[in-house]
Amino acid sequence: MSLDPAYLTYSKRRLGYDHELYPWSSIFDRPPVSWPGGKTVAVWICVSLEWFPITPTDTPFRAPGHMVTPYPDYRHYTSRDYGTRVGVYRLLDAFAKAGVTASIATNAAIAERYPELIADIIAAGHEIIAHSTDMNGTIATGLPIEDERALISSSLDTLERVSGIRPRGWLSIARSQSWNTPDLLREAGLDYTCDWVNDELPYRFANGLINLPLNHELSDRQIITVQQQSADSYAEQMRDAFDWLAGEGRTHGGRLLPLHITPYIMALPYRIDAFETLLQDLTGRPEAWVASGGTIVDQWSGQLRA
Amino acid sequence: MQEGAADPGLYDFSPYRDRPKIVWPGGKSVAVWVAPNLEYYEIDPPANPSRKSWTRPHPDVVGYSHRDHSNRVSHWRMAEAMSRHGFPGSVSLSVALCQHHPEVVEDGAKRGWEFFSHGIYNTRYTYGMDEAQERAIIEDSIATVQAATGQRIRGWLAPALTHTPRTLDLIAEYGLDYTCDLYHDDQVQPVKVKSGRLASIPYSLEVNDHYGFFVYNMSPRDYADTLIRQFDRLAAEGERSGTVMCIPLHAYLIGQPHRIGAFERVLEHIAADGRAWIARAGEIVDAWQAQAGRAQTGDAA
Repeated sequence: MSLDPAYLTYSKRRLGYDHELYPWSSIFDRPPVSWPGGKTVAVWICVSLEWFPITPTDTPFRAPGHMVTPYPDYRHYTSRDYGTRVGVYRLLDAFAKAGVTASIATNAAIAERYPELIADIIAAGHEIIAHSTDMNGTIATGLPIEDERALISSSLDTLERVSGIRPRGWLSIARSQSWNTPDLLREAGLDYTCDWVNDELPYRFANGLINLPLNHELSDRQIITVQQQSADSYAEQMRDAFDWLAGEGRTHGGRLLPLHITPYIMALPYRIDAFETLLQDLTGRPEAWVASGGTIVDQWSGQLRA
Repeated sequence: MQEGAADPGLYDFSPYRDRPKIVWPGGKSVAVWVAPNLEYYEIDPPANPSRKSWTRPHPDVVGYSHRDHSNRVSHWRMAEAMSRHGFPGSVSLSVALCQHHPEVVEDGAKRGWEFFSHGIYNTRYTYGMDEAQERAIIEDSIATVQAATGQRIRGWLAPALTHTPRTLDLIAEYGLDYTCDLYHDDQVQPVKVKSGRLASIPYSLEVNDHYGFFVYNMSPRDYADTLIRQFDRLAAEGERSGTVMCIPLHAYLIGQPHRIGAFERVLEHIAADGRAWIARAGEIVDAWQAQAGRAQTGDAA
């Protein structure tokens, strides 16, 4: 038996990446970034606000957190909906109490269905990041480009119509993109995406799009739901991450700590206290600058980082 | 190996009790080596008939960019923590990293790290290769690492742990000294090969950061506690006959900001203990060979 000889040829074996999407650089070799007020750790709170139709689709793939049991899966449909009825208000109250501004990555379906929630988010001064249409709006290679273009513009148009503000940022469901996505996001006028997790500072794609890394390892979905750890362990890990980044900040300049949370996960009664305490704790740190994604991107790009 | 046999015939049974005593340099009881995997995963590799490279259609943004975190950010964080506490790396290297990100390879070389091969890419699997194809990746590995670092590779960890029945025979034939692909012991052991000589150095799946975080779902502090307990036990048992502890790492996992602090406390613990011989893989194999290798292999040379 032998493999196709093509399996042992390496046409992209060269200096730099095996793609043209963005150039390589080490975070430790770049000119240091400064955050406002001499702060060193930008804490970015990002909330995923999702509507799961009880009729899931598997094209191109079923979103994480989607329906599990045979139709009608009341169990998961209503558990997810708890997040948009109850959980998100617990989070909004926690943000108000801590005096912080967050980014809310919102399915367009949330705006269609619950415009009063969008009004509450905007009134509280939070940013809305476009997060597809609904949780059937997944993207992957194979999705026809016209369908993907329509999905992106439909999401942006709906969120703009209801909120009055056109989103500047984009988060794909499960961060899954096609080869077309970066160019389609740019074409749609977006400033930044949050899908790629390879850095702890923003960086710019070759096409001008900025990636604001939303570390998936630090999300409540990953730590609590996937890795089955407690909310207290989540909070401890965020504190440890903050402390480490603050240490790097003393010698290497600004760093980014994303707190990615999900209303139906973190905002349950037995978990929210750990998150509220974490917020109070982090906002008290002298190194912390809590800001929305768009504000962080503006600060970074204002310093002309490549 | 004995292809097709129920026991692959890689080694003889050698009970842990009453083994010849190994003493590591300086009278230490446990040889500790740290094995960072410096890897390159291609964004759009060709398909191997036996295994998919990514779970999603390409581009697998999370899979690719998570691993890319190593080469942009976390390699330096991990490497600095190791250097601060006196731990060199013995690197399982996707050798194409020498072309893609020579900066990372140079950084390891400057720190005095040893390099062995982990294949060309961690997205190219050995399954299904014929002998000529497998020789080609071994020869490529030897030449690529030599050109990039001046080092002659001495060891092998199969790319993504994919093997053929002839892999161990071939690497021994090419003069490599050790394999990291067998997990049957806490001491260096001889491997039966067709020609030459090959040692199995303890690597570890169980305390690999990937297993800790993604198989056992440990918190960072739980993983750190696991490493400390692994060390304390092996250091105590090594008084009878020297043991080996490997700490296999991936910067994109251990170098995350919520994990690296807990890991640094492990390095502090081991460095302060006094029973550890902190070494590189090749040095451990050499010290073992000098004491026990000839007797155990029956090598009359």
